[in-house]
Amino acid sequence: MTVQTLTERPSRSTLFDGLTRYIPIGATVALLAALYLGGVANYPNFDNPQVVAKLFIDNAPLLVIAVGMTFVILSGGIDLSVGSVMAFSTMACAWLTVEAGIGAPLALVLVLAFGTAWGLLIGAVIHYFDVQPFIATLVGLFLFRGLTLQISDTDVSMREVEFFQWGMTHVDFGEIRDGGFWLPYLSFVAFAVVVIAFVVLHYTRFGRGVYAVGGSESSALLMGLPVARTKIGVYAVSGFCAALAGVLAAFATKSANPLANVGAELDAIAAVVIGGTLLTGGAGFVLGTVAGVMVWGMLNTLIAFQGNLSSWWARIVMGVLLLAFILLQRVLARSGEKRRT
Amino acid sequence: MSPYAKRLMWPVVILLALVAVNIAATGVDFIVPSVNDDGRLGGAFVNILRRSVPLLLIALGMTLVIATKGIDLSVGAVYAIGAAIACQTIMDSSDQGAAGTVLTAIALALVVTAVIGAWNGVMVAAFGIQPIVATLILMIAGRGIAQLITGGQIPKVEDTSPFTELGRGAFLTIPIPIWIAALALTALALLTRRTALGMLLESVGGNPEASRLAGIRSKGITVLVYLVCGLCAGLAGLIGASNLGSADANNGGLWIELDAILAVVIGGTALLGGRFFLLGTTIGVVIIGTLEDTIINVGLSSQWQFTAKAIVVFVVALLQSPGFRAWILKPFKRTPQARVEAPAPAKAEEAAK
Repeated sequence: MTVQTLTERPSRSTLFDGLTRYIPIGATVALLAALYLGGVANYPNFDNPQVVAKLFIDNAPLLVIAVGMTFVILSGGIDLSVGSVMAFSTMACAWLTVEAGIGAPLALVLVLAFGTAWGLLIGAVIHYFDVQPFIATLVGLFLFRGLTLQISDTDVSMREVEFFQWGMTHVDFGEIRDGGFWLPYLSFVAFAVVVIAFVVLHYTRFGRGVYAVGGSESSALLMGLPVARTKIGVYAVSGFCAALAGVLAAFATKSANPLANVGAELDAIAAVVIGGTLLTGGAGFVLGTVAGVMVWGMLNTLIAFQGNLSSWWARIVMGVLLLAFILLQRVLARSGEKRRT
Repeated sequence: MSPYAKRLMWPVVILLALVAVNIAATGVDFIVPSVNDDGRLGGAFVNILRRSVPLLLIALGMTLVIATKGIDLSVGAVYAIGAAIACQTIMDSSDQGAAGTVLTAIALALVVTAVIGAWNGVMVAAFGIQPIVATLILMIAGRGIAQLITGGQIPKVEDTSPFTELGRGAFLTIPIPIWIAALALTALALLTRRTALGMLLESVGGNPEASRLAGIRSKGITVLVYLVCGLCAGLAGLIGASNLGSADANNGGLWIELDAILAVVIGGTALLGGRFFLLGTTIGVVIIGTLEDTIINVGLSSQWQFTAKAIVVFVVALLQSPGFRAWILKPFKRTPQARVEAPAPAKAEEAAK
C-alpha cells in the first residue's frame, strides 16, 4: 500500500523530525500557561494554589480514563465505551457494597477485574475478528449504560459505607491560610496512574509495541512484534482505567447515578487530541494528555470564576481548540512531506 | 440469488422475526394500519415508521458518507442545531401561526445545517483530515452551539403553528413525515442509481486517489456528500422538533449518530466504504424502531433498550466479520480447500488497511 490517499497517514520517519514532534505538546503547555495567567490577571484569588489543586480533584476520573484512552489511540484504535463502563463501575461498587453486602475492598477488586476482563474480551474481538474498534466499543457504550440502568434507574448512595470516606481524605501541603493547598487521596491515585502509564509507554516492551502497532500494524507484524498481545492489551488497559475512574467517582461523590458520565468518552478523546496525540496512532505522549485534561479543567474553572457564562461555553471552546490542534498537526505533517520530496 | 438480494436477505429476515414476535405478543393489530378519527393513518407499525423518520433521514445521509469511506459523528449535534434554529426563529417572531414565519425558519435551519455539512466535507476533502476526527469537532462543540442559539432555554412552539404539521400532520391520510422520508429515499435512490453519481461515490470510497487520477473530481463529491448528510440531519431535527413542539439542545437527537451508524451497518453497508445499500439502511432503521417497541411489547422494562441494541450491534458486527465467519464455520468445512480459502478474505482486508 504505497498509494497516497486522502485519508492515509503520512509516513512517520520524516514527519516528526527532531524537535517537530514536541510542537503540539509545547503549544498545549503554552496554552495552559496563557489560560492560567489570564485567569490570574482577571480574577482575584485565582492565584490561590488550591485553584490548581482543584483541577486534579475534579478531573481525577477524567484524567484516568484519558490515560487509558491515550494507550488505545496511540495503538491506532478508539474506545467509545469508557463513559458507560465508568458509570457501570460506580454503580457496581454501590450495588455490591450496599445491596449485596460485600466488603468494599473485595468489591473494588471485583470491579477492576471486571473492567480489565471486558477490555480483554473486546480487544480480542477487535483483533481476531477484524471488527472495527469503533463498532466493537460501541457495544460497550450501549451494553453498560443499559446494565447500569437495570441495576438502578435512580441514585444509589454509598454514604453509609465507611470505606468510601478514604478517597476524599485530605493531605495538606502547608498551612491553607498561608498559601498552602490540599489534595485528597484519590488525586494521588490518578497521579500514580499517570506515572505508571508514562513508565510503561516509554520504558517497557509493551509500551514501545503500542507505538509500533499504531505507526504501522503490518510493519510491526513483519518485525515480529507481538501485535495481538499489544492490541488486546491496550483495550484491557483502557477497560481497567475506565473501571478505576468509576471507583474514583464513587469515592468523590459517594453516590452512583445511572446517567453519570454520558459523553465522558468524548471529553477524554478531546483531551488526548489536545494533548498532541495523533488520532491515527503512533505519535503522542501521556504527559500531553495530562496537559489536555488540565486545559479542559482550566476552561471550566475560568467559566466558574467568570460567573455569568454557561458551562456549554467550555464545550464550544474545546471544539475550537480541537480544530486548531488538528489543523496544526496537519500543517506539521504537510511540512514534513515537503521536506522529504 | 443476485448479490443485492443476498445482502438484503438477513436484514429482512431479522425484521420479519421482530414483527412476528410483536404479533405473537400483541396480536395482528400490530401490523394492520388503522384510520384514526381525524383521518390519519394510525396503528402500532405506522407509528413506528413515523417515529423512525428522523433516524431514517440521518441514516440515509450517513450511508452516502460511509460509501465514501467516511463517517459523520456530528449528525446528532447538527440535528440539535437545526431544531434549535427553527424553534427559536418561530418563537422570536411576532406571529407564530404565519406561514411566512414557518417557511423562513425551515429555510434558515436547512441552509445553516447544509453549510455545517459542507464545512465537514471541506475539512475532510481539502484539509485531508480523517473523517472521524473532522466531524468529532462539531460533535463536541455542536450542542454548545445549539445551546448558544436557544440561550440555554428550551424554545417551545405553540401547538397552533403550522410548523407542528411537519411532524404531526397528514396528507392523503398518510403522516407527513413518512411522505418526506419516502421522497428523500426516492430522490437519493434515483440520484445515485439512475445517474453515475452512485458509482462515482463508490469509486471515491474504494480509492480516492485512483478515482482522482481516473478523472473523478473526488474532492467535490466528498464535500457534496457531507453537505447532503448535514442537510438530512437538519431536516431530521426539524421533523423531530415539530413532533415535540420544542427543541432540547442537550437531549434532542442524543446518540442518534450511533443509531444511524448501527442502521447502516445492519443494512449491509460495510464501514470500509466503496459499497452502499440505501434500501438496506431503510430496513435497518425500521429494525431499530421495531426493536424498541418489541422490548416494551414482550414485557421488558424500557431499560432493556440499550442492552438489546448492544446485543444487536455485537451480533451484526460479528456476522459481518470474515474472520469470525471463517472461525465459526471451520468445524463444518471438511475439504482442505475450504480451509485455505476461508481466512483469505480476512488477510486481504488486513493488508488493505
